[in-house]
Amino acid sequence: MPDFTRRQALAAGSGLIASLLAPVRGARAAVGETLTIAFNVNLPSFDPTVGPSSVNPTIQAIYRSVFDQYIGQKPDLSFQPGLLTGWGWNDDKTKVWMDVRSGVTWHDGSAFTPEDVVWSISRIGKPDSGNPVSFIWAGINNFQVQGNRITADVVQYDPVLFKWMAFLTGYVLPKAYYEKVGPQGFEKQPIGTGPYKVDAYEGNAYLRLKANPTYWGGKPAFETVVFKFVPDATSRVAEIESGSSDVTLEVPYEEYDRLKAKPGLKGVTTPISDIGMIFITNVAPMLDKNVRLAAHHAIDKQGIIKRLLRGYGVAIDTLEAPQYDAFDKTIKVPYDPALATKLLAASGFSKEKPVKFTIQTTRGFKPKDYEMIQAIVGMWRNVGIDAEIEIYEIAKHFELRMSHKLAPAAFYNWGNAIGDPTTSTGFAMFSKSPHSAWHSDDLDAKIGPLWGEKDEKKRIQGWKDVDRYIAEQGYVIPLLQFTQPILFKADLKVTPNVSGALQPTLVTKAS
Amino acid sequence: MTVVVNRAAMAVLTLAGVAIVVFVLLRVVPGDPVAMMISPGASPADIAALRAHYGLDAPLLLQFWIWLKGAVHGDFGISISLHLDVMEVLLNRLPATMELAVLALALAIVLGLTVAVIGTLLRGRAAEAVIDGLNGIFLAIPDFIWALALVLIFAVALPVLPLTGRIDPALAVGFATHFYLAESLLTGRFTVAANILSHMAMPTLALSLPLAAVIVRLLKAALKEAMLQDYVLLARIKGFSDLRLVLQEALRNAVGPTLALTGVQFTFLIGGTVIVERIFAYPGIGNLAIDAVINRDFPLIQGLVMMFGLIFILINLAVDMIVAALNPRLRHG
Repeated sequence: MPDFTRRQALAAGSGLIASLLAPVRGARAAVGETLTIAFNVNLPSFDPTVGPSSVNPTIQAIYRSVFDQYIGQKPDLSFQPGLLTGWGWNDDKTKVWMDVRSGVTWHDGSAFTPEDVVWSISRIGKPDSGNPVSFIWAGINNFQVQGNRITADVVQYDPVLFKWMAFLTGYVLPKAYYEKVGPQGFEKQPIGTGPYKVDAYEGNAYLRLKANPTYWGGKPAFETVVFKFVPDATSRVAEIESGSSDVTLEVPYEEYDRLKAKPGLKGVTTPISDIGMIFITNVAPMLDKNVRLAAHHAIDKQGIIKRLLRGYGVAIDTLEAPQYDAFDKTIKVPYDPALATKLLAASGFSKEKPVKFTIQTTRGFKPKDYEMIQAIVGMWRNVGIDAEIEIYEIAKHFELRMSHKLAPAAFYNWGNAIGDPTTSTGFAMFSKSPHSAWHSDDLDAKIGPLWGEKDEKKRIQGWKDVDRYIAEQGYVIPLLQFTQPILFKADLKVTPNVSGALQPTLVTKAS
Repeated sequence: MTVVVNRAAMAVLTLAGVAIVVFVLLRVVPGDPVAMMISPGASPADIAALRAHYGLDAPLLLQFWIWLKGAVHGDFGISISLHLDVMEVLLNRLPATMELAVLALALAIVLGLTVAVIGTLLRGRAAEAVIDGLNGIFLAIPDFIWALALVLIFAVALPVLPLTGRIDPALAVGFATHFYLAESLLTGRFTVAANILSHMAMPTLALSLPLAAVIVRLLKAALKEAMLQDYVLLARIKGFSDLRLVLQEALRNAVGPTLALTGVQFTFLIGGTVIVERIFAYPGIGNLAIDAVINRDFPLIQGLVMMFGLIFILINLAVDMIVAALNPRLRHG
């Protein structure tokens, strides 16, 4: 312990007080070489391929900063070369080929090789790897490497395989480094090939990244990026309002409207690949088609968006958002309370003798989720549906859904950042999927053949037909596509990402 | 000696009870960690493999036995969400919460003591009613409301204090321990210490204000009662000033009961860190606990509950010992 003279102690004390009283970064301070993002979730783990955080869509913004995906994705959800510069199937879809980018290095300076790709896929394809989608990666094996080209045998044809390479857990990790340091060592000192290197990390507080000067995609715009983990929305509002952070996201829409009007701040919103929906479970009274359809026709989705979400959201009638591959704007389930009343009357229900069931919802998990369900229950009451609201935690939703024990109606949000119909309608509606609620043979018979359909046009049209059938039968109630609000300092430019991932590489200094 | 052995035995029994309750509760209440991470296309075999990967496939008793065997050796397993050793995570995060809690306690004592003494000196006057009224308001406002109010005042209206985190990320380099504040003070890095203190200012204040109000109420009541005792009257006849009477004569006798209750309230203060740390994105065990629950990270939740249990037991033990040391009647049986 150092010795201090009285003078030193006094100087230190006054320095301490002066530092304490020094103002934090000015509310409208110009952005320098450091970009500070008040992020809405914590980063629990650096391994983007295993555990709960690997399937958290929001965290992909961080993973995509440190690591690269096999295949890249543009902000409009279209695909672009990543660590693979080319990819494809052979004619009879029994083999795949992948061309690996050359001249790429890991953050420790070692060379990135095709062996890293092979090892990464093989590792998470094992059922005991802890990878939540290991069945996807297990779909190819018997890898052969020739120069920069990898070929592999197709075990189970999956038309979405390459799309998954730009999606959850589709990241390449360093074989030699990972095997040297082990899983826990990797957590403590992760390296990737991405645009930023991990510089410092404190769980639940911040992640500090430094630009990777040799990044194959070009040096990033900011030398340093700091993700502050601020899960509380009020605190995120304060972070951007006080100027402590340069960018933030997912603030309440009221606050977004207020702050974007302030001098020195700007805002951007974009509909993202995250939709709000009501699962219908095949139990009474939902076995009655009239009840299901009435429940859908009775909901004024535009009214909910306008009045509850301040206009932020896009009404949808299928599980496909407009940016998705199988979106079909001709499929409509219009707001028609008179039709809803008529349908219910045909089944013997009325306002005086309403059909009764429970609807489950989260509260605060998504913007205005509980308030939306309250509004819907009110609309239902006007046509002869008496629904009781049950609030549950998201963890309970997952468990109930996996065990097929959801209430007759249950609110949920469904993300699909690759926009393929299999990862929206497919997994949400096919009875063999643990995430589906409606189980019926008629629907399975329509969905089943599409999983392995090799003709892409036919496949997409098939899913559109399934979506139309679901709408006609009322097997699910799609509500809206969520809109993501992003606030930032006026001297920045932010390109919104339809996937919802606020990647630092999409933020630049305004010219 | 017997008392210490008895208390230690009680502590072990209490912790064992906590371990059983939390272990069973976690597996009974809804929220399966595997259900939260399975993919939509996972088959029953995939789900079973994932369950086996996290050791959740064994019978409940066997799971408990495996966990207990590890726990008695300080091994709480690997966190499902963090992929790190639970004990290591807890030991890394605990210092942040301890520094915050101790600072909040110290501030609460200073504030509580000062206001209680002033209130006692002003007894019988209109100012006493004002102090009591204000103190009542402070008592009624919970720590998380203080936290939000402080955010609005010191981070938005007058942005003089940093809002989130424990230290400016640009300064966070080269700590040998996880006691950032203590270490920076002891090594003479005062700029760093000031930065840490400025980050701790709001959460500390939010946690300390309700406790300070409790101390004011208890201590002021005890002081007023003590001021009516014969020994105080005697001192007054000797010509002691009011301030000297309070500080030198009444306080010594009034502080005992207040201290015991402050100890109990300190455990509530630590409980309060869960929400306050979340609001200020402060990286302690409270913030960690919320994420652990959201992710249904069973090993981490179990480790956290055991750690909270141990902290509460140790605080109560320490308070009992301090009260006994200060009170000769208790010390000598």
